[in-house]
Amino acid sequence: MKNKKLIILPLASIIVAMGFNSCKPKSVNNAVSGDAASKVYVAPGKYDEFYNFVSGGFSGQMSVYGLPSGRLLRVMPVFSVDPEKGWGFSEETKPMLNTSHGFVPWDDLHHVQLSKTNGDYDGKWVFGNANNTPRIARIDLRTFRTAEIIEIPNSAGNHSSPFITENTEYVVAGTRFSIPPDLSNGDVPINTYKQNFKGFLSFISVNKDNGAMDIAFQIQCPGVNFDLSRAGKGVSHGWFFFSCYNTEQANTLLEVNASQKDKDFIMAVNWKKAEEYLKAGKGKKVSTKYAHNVYDEKTHSATSEIKTEVTILDSKELKDLCYFFPCPKSPHGCDVSPTGEYIVGSGKLAALIPVFSFDKLQKAIAAKDFVGDFDGIPVLKYESVLYGEVKKPGLGPLHTEFDNKGNAYTSFFVSSEVVKWNIKDLKVLDRAPTFYSVGHLCVAGGDTKNPNGKYLVAYDKITKDRYLPTGPELSQSAQLFDISGDKMQMILDFPTIGEPHYAQIVPADVIKNNSLKIFKIEDNHNPYVSQGEGATKVVRDKNRVDVYMTAIRSHLTPDNIEGIKMGDEVYFHVTNLEQDWDVPHGFAIKGATNGELLVMPGETQTLKWVPDRIGISPFYCTDFCSALHQEMSGYVRVSPAGSNVPLLFSTGKNQPVADAKEAK
Amino acid sequence: MKKRIAISVITSFGIFMSACGGGQSEGSAPAATSVTPAPAAPSPDQYDPKRGEGKFKDITVGDKLDEAIAATGKKVFDVKCSSCHKLTEEKLVGPGWKGVTSRRQPAWIMNFITNTDEMINKDPAAQALLELCLVRMPNQSLSDEDARGALEYMRKNDGVK
Repeated sequence: MKNKKLIILPLASIIVAMGFNSCKPKSVNNAVSGDAASKVYVAPGKYDEFYNFVSGGFSGQMSVYGLPSGRLLRVMPVFSVDPEKGWGFSEETKPMLNTSHGFVPWDDLHHVQLSKTNGDYDGKWVFGNANNTPRIARIDLRTFRTAEIIEIPNSAGNHSSPFITENTEYVVAGTRFSIPPDLSNGDVPINTYKQNFKGFLSFISVNKDNGAMDIAFQIQCPGVNFDLSRAGKGVSHGWFFFSCYNTEQANTLLEVNASQKDKDFIMAVNWKKAEEYLKAGKGKKVSTKYAHNVYDEKTHSATSEIKTEVTILDSKELKDLCYFFPCPKSPHGCDVSPTGEYIVGSGKLAALIPVFSFDKLQKAIAAKDFVGDFDGIPVLKYESVLYGEVKKPGLGPLHTEFDNKGNAYTSFFVSSEVVKWNIKDLKVLDRAPTFYSVGHLCVAGGDTKNPNGKYLVAYDKITKDRYLPTGPELSQSAQLFDISGDKMQMILDFPTIGEPHYAQIVPADVIKNNSLKIFKIEDNHNPYVSQGEGATKVVRDKNRVDVYMTAIRSHLTPDNIEGIKMGDEVYFHVTNLEQDWDVPHGFAIKGATNGELLVMPGETQTLKWVPDRIGISPFYCTDFCSALHQEMSGYVRVSPAGSNVPLLFSTGKNQPVADAKEAK
Repeated sequence: MKKRIAISVITSFGIFMSACGGGQSEGSAPAATSVTPAPAAPSPDQYDPKRGEGKFKDITVGDKLDEAIAATGKKVFDVKCSSCHKLTEEKLVGPGWKGVTSRRQPAWIMNFITNTDEMINKDPAAQALLELCLVRMPNQSLSDEDARGALEYMRKNDGVK
């Protein structure tokens, strides 16, 4: 009985929601048609047509799926430690998770953005944002590893991030939770929000060749919640658009107090103008503190540097930099059409979708068609910027992406559906239910100048009964739609990691041929590398012991180590001598309280081990590597502090001295 | 003057087996009799077990050792080979290197160390070695120069002056 009720509730809510719509609802029964299986079948040994980069939400990671199969290809660790990859456990990777607050082991990754050239994916990097302790990460798509992380000062709730301009000139990070600036005295009553809290929009430059990030400037804005953002493209290149809610400037019970106004804003930022102001010396350098972490592929090591200064442009003082235009009901997504002509606002509590015209925006600015100002920033007249409204599309629009035929696809959380509509005439063309409560969606190439338009994936917030039950906690659910025809066709359901806020779909050809297979051992410049077994050694300096170790199928060298004493700090620097694709070796030693290692071919990784007891501690390779993997092991002898056991290390021979003296 | 190293397949196979078996005497190699001799002159489309499978066809080596090339080979050996191969006849993970240049033709050696997977999948001698050693030799991503260097270092190890 209980089960039945649970199932009926979500269905009922969908049907009720459908009642509002002009199109006929599809029932769950006919949502999947007969040829779905053949459309998603990728034969064993065959590659998928697309990569799908998916945010891991509260897991802090980013996942990679193949489409149309929905196969999970990889989870890339970004903002959280990951035991499977050794991320944040090896001495080499620990600095990547350093912040001005210290080591942060777990964050919340929200959005993914593939790097672009001329408005299309170029396959070089994918960016992600840490929402909690504000940071932007750049992942190198040759290695599928996080290569760089930069912290964002003066910011909190780094949500309208990491959206990028059409040539990856900038990655933008906007603050959702306005706070007093870092430099100011933040010890103020919370209800002085209106006076003391500010929102900052950070523009992070990206080096064209090596991807290196740097905070070029920050724009100081009134204290509101900057929710999402998108760069202009084509005709609107040079502008950036941010949705803003809580223009009520409430600091408590936002659910009610930030939902008072009929309309909030979208902020239009002229970043080319910002560059002019910056050149003209209008920026103010202020002191702050933020971490900049870089992983060097040659040394296989990360460094973390604390930077102390950013340049700030004031939106209030500098004219023509920022404009507000009204957008109904706490806007969330503000998505820009492939040509850059239209900006689609999605009010979370709205029952219509406003579509704004970039051309009208420019004319309204030129004509000073203002209805007033908000904290010194001009507010344009809604009607003067509006292209038109999509009427009765559904309830609670969130995000919109685009296909290659002039259509838009908007997710509706409250009415749990994806709605297809035409950008020009704003007519609703099709609607498809999702299971359940879709948040983000993505179309192949859906935010580029040239969308592919073959597939759409809906990322749902509620999973409920879609898969076999696994207790109270369920994986999240995604649904793949074939959108090549007039009607959207659901063809696959697949589970995802964490909470997939946003994702992007890119043709496999853009990325797969650049993928690295090994790290060349000759190029390994880790200070603790062993270039061959002949270079292995164990070195003591006071109570620090460095073990230069190699791993190859199927032994570790050295594999007998004696002379370690209580009170020692032992660093195992394991170099994987393999030069063949997909032959990592693992390293684990009994009682290690801070983790294990996984070492890729040609790489060196380091595990710190502080022995806590006298005796023999075995170590071994944790990643099955060959028929003799079980043999890939060794022993460390730990003696009391002050013991005179000499430091000895070897592989393949017994130490005669030890045998003679101590054999029983 | 250049000369080609040519030793019969049966003989070389016998040596290889014994080397991998761990220092047995040559005469006691038991499996040598079960190997089918290769045809004397294989046609171009047939697999040539003397040459092996790979990009190298006719590798000519000098009468005398090229010390400079051998030195590059030693570097390769130290980093990429020495974990599993001794310079003596003793088997470690794989066979010892001693005598390999008289057991194998230069092209076979260079093909094997650069095109390892295909050779193990195709070459009868390589397959027989796998049965003894049970660890597939990894492809260590040797460049052509690396492979030539390794060959010259093997020759030096085998007494070429």
